[in-house]
Amino acid sequence: MADLTLDGVRKSFGETPVLQALDLAVPDGGFCVVVGPSGCGKSTLLRLVAGLETADAGRILIGGRDVTRLPPKARSAAMVFQNYALLPHLSVARNIAFGMEIRGTPRADIAARVADTARILRLEAQLDRKPRQLSGGQRQRVAMGRAIVRDPQVFLFDEPLSNLDAQLRAEMRAEIKALHARLGATALYVTHDQIEAMTMGDILVVLNGGRVEQIGPPEEIYRRPASTFVARFIGAPPMNLIPSTTAGSLAAGAPARGETLGIRPEHLKLAPGAGVEATARRIEPHGADTFIQATTAEGVDLTIRLPAGNGVRAGDQLPLLAPPAHLHHFGADGRRIA
Amino acid sequence: MRRETLHAWLLLLPAAVLLASFTHIPAIETVVNSFFSTARGMRPSHFVGLGNYRNLIADPTFWQAMRNNLLYAAITIPLSMGIALAMALLVRGRIGGRGFLRMAFFTPTVLPLIAVANIWIFFYTPGFGLLNQIGALFGLPNMNFLGQGATALYAVAAVSVWKEAGFFMIFYLAALQTIPPSLIEAARLEGASSWHVFRRVTLPLIMPTTLFISVNAVINAFRLVDQVFVMTQGGPDNASTLLFYYIYQVGFQFWDTAYAATLTVVMLAILVAIAIGQFFLLDRKVHYR
Repeated sequence: MADLTLDGVRKSFGETPVLQALDLAVPDGGFCVVVGPSGCGKSTLLRLVAGLETADAGRILIGGRDVTRLPPKARSAAMVFQNYALLPHLSVARNIAFGMEIRGTPRADIAARVADTARILRLEAQLDRKPRQLSGGQRQRVAMGRAIVRDPQVFLFDEPLSNLDAQLRAEMRAEIKALHARLGATALYVTHDQIEAMTMGDILVVLNGGRVEQIGPPEEIYRRPASTFVARFIGAPPMNLIPSTTAGSLAAGAPARGETLGIRPEHLKLAPGAGVEATARRIEPHGADTFIQATTAEGVDLTIRLPAGNGVRAGDQLPLLAPPAHLHHFGADGRRIA
Repeated sequence: MRRETLHAWLLLLPAAVLLASFTHIPAIETVVNSFFSTARGMRPSHFVGLGNYRNLIADPTFWQAMRNNLLYAAITIPLSMGIALAMALLVRGRIGGRGFLRMAFFTPTVLPLIAVANIWIFFYTPGFGLLNQIGALFGLPNMNFLGQGATALYAVAAVSVWKEAGFFMIFYLAALQTIPPSLIEAARLEGASSWHVFRRVTLPLIMPTTLFISVNAVINAFRLVDQVFVMTQGGPDNASTLLFYYIYQVGFQFWDTAYAATLTVVMLAILVAIAIGQFFLLDRKVHYR
């Protein structure tokens, strides 16, 4: 068990900088989720820790040990790949045993540890099958088995659920979390899915263009996004961002600060006689909640999240008010002011 | 329904006529001919049963050609496949001049075999040929590679390896490019050396291609004729006569067409047996995705 520290890590491919002076500290046993749009450098970050790429500058420490220049096998980091990277010609058991066979682990040990791993992941019945005979979720578990069996200090996950359907994804999220709690190893988990980001991590890192936008616990990032980018990226539907000049009386009662006002869709209130009038254009029922797209007289588009059964219909005039307690203020550079 | 059937047959007809007249009918005729004697001016062809096959078993030249062909196959098949794989692995990576190398390796396949054989005849020429000139620099005596029974077959085989390796390389290169990089990365994370990656990941994943190439290599090894024709004419003393060249000689130089048909039937039987054997033997080791 070990903590993971990145200290000023940089990486460029040719002229293109991919990661710019990245600092990150994941405590021992922590579950850190790195999230960002495609091309933000999150996969590169993972590959740097795994040793599949070499950092241009900075240091990577696992358990206080500098592994920046070490080959992958000397790093005690195991990785679960997006496409599972299972060897199609080997059975599940041989896939799990692959690394041990290469390292010359005694046969009896291999058999015992494969059996152990299969029990943890409920794969006992599939041990003799080939990967192509497995379902997506089972393949995913085999890929995790291959990581677990190494007993690594750090687990690396590269968008492991992106090839699964929505229902299976929800199950596997819970399964990975449970597994993490049970093994207690440090985990670095890369995803572009903000539901995974919100639900799985103790620490959430939002990356954008190779820079860290914000690091913190998921609920804090949701509650106090550090920039307009984070505000739009985390949360579904995303936060409403309104230029202060066109806000009108939407945020009546709040002191005017910064260039941009932010308000989450669930925090917009229907307040007859107060706020601004907006025309409901589109109603999107989501079961428990309904998302309403509306446009104010100033031409500002807003999304409002209301409980189902609110009776709003397209074309209705909605009096909208943003309570000051829920307002976010961002400066001209997009950073949070308050 | 009947109309559709009629249309289907009409559409199939052109292909069927071509296939039948150039493949199926001659094949059947060959088998039939092998049970008859060759027609001569005064004596028309008559049924001889297994007579041609009895002659074949007693024919020392047939056995010589058979031995030569097996030796030739044993040399050219593993060598050309091994070199093809090595070249494919070399030009797969990011190395300078990759495009040039790929082209260079493939060039022998593009050149007409007759031209290639003539170039190699020059290499082998005693006295002023390329090989002897290089040998002379190191004080080696003059060698007549194509004119000696001990070396003629190997000299022909060397040309085949040179020519086939580049062709097979293309298939290996295509196969290597279908291996997902993450499989190799996953193996590297587990501490696999380059050798391990090759043995445990690359080689098993290109087995379907290996099977395909090996079937082709066997067929090529038994149907070689043009190179022998240009370079040695089967000589000296049948030292480089291969089965197919012998069939050509019997059929079109001695005009013993019935016996040529018999030889053809035997060769086809051997090829079919080997191809079936390869599929059954290797199929268990081949993983198709």
